Amino acid sequence: MTHRLKPSQYAILIAIMLTASVGDTLLSRGMAQVGAVDFHHLGLLWRALFNPYVASGIVLLIGFFASYMTALSWADLTFVMPATAFGYVVVALLSHFWLHEHLSVYRWAGIGMIVCAVGFVANGPSRTEQVPEQHHELDLMDSGAGR
Amino acid sequence: MMLADSLMRTWSAILMVAALAIAGECLIAAAMRRLGDLDIIRERSGLPGAIRAVLSSPLFLVGALCMALNFFAMLYTLSIVELSLAAPATASLTYVGNAAAAKLFLHENVDRRRWLAALFVAVGVVLLAR
Repeated sequence: MTHRLKPSQYAILIAIMLTASVGDTLLSRGMAQVGAVDFHHLGLLWRALFNPYVASGIVLLIGFFASYMTALSWADLTFVMPATAFGYVVVALLSHFWLHEHLSVYRWAGIGMIVCAVGFVANGPSRTEQVPEQHHELDLMDSGAGR
Repeated sequence: MMLADSLMRTWSAILMVAALAIAGECLIAAAMRRLGDLDIIRERSGLPGAIRAVLSSPLFLVGALCMALNFFAMLYTLSIVELSLAAPATASLTYVGNAAAAKLFLHENVDRRRWLAALFVAVGVVLLAR
């Protein structure tokens, strides 16, 4: 039942953690420069695309989506989930050490809990081995989707 | 009575956002599981082939639709609920709901370790937002 991930698969999990958090941070930094967008000034959204922070944020988020889907193709959703949550920890630590924001005791406790969660899951198997008859529910979902 | 109404509206919006995220993530996970290892597909038919394989999966398309609806539901929610409540509430409900849905629909082996991880993540996300 123990899992064996290839080095390239670890790289994908690390990419998930970094791209989501850094991408979101870049987007919010860029949008702060662009200013508030309301329904009367939707043209601003087009201009926002050419802001270097927003553009690099979008590139990173596309990278996130690609790595997330790759991970889901060989690992369980409940295995990948804590890795995505680890992105919040990366944002908090970035804001602390890079932007020198103050982290309260609550935030440190939150960081600790997410780190523990990653530890719990990383110790277990990455993929549930399926027996063929268990695909029943998936077939139901599939037929529903195909209608 | 007014208070009960606004509480009801707040939490049904938050639940809606979480439900759409759970549906989207489970459908996309099911689609990827069906397709098999994307790294192998990419080796065999290149990046365009892998993208084509993903985009031609109906499960993926419905999942992506759910994620798009989730985005707009979140925009609506943010117009009636403060970000400091909406963001951690939807995130932690999504994590716990995902664990339950993965067990029910994807038949993942959600053992005690994974339940604990989902709960720790849910509480951790709420703490991080304080």
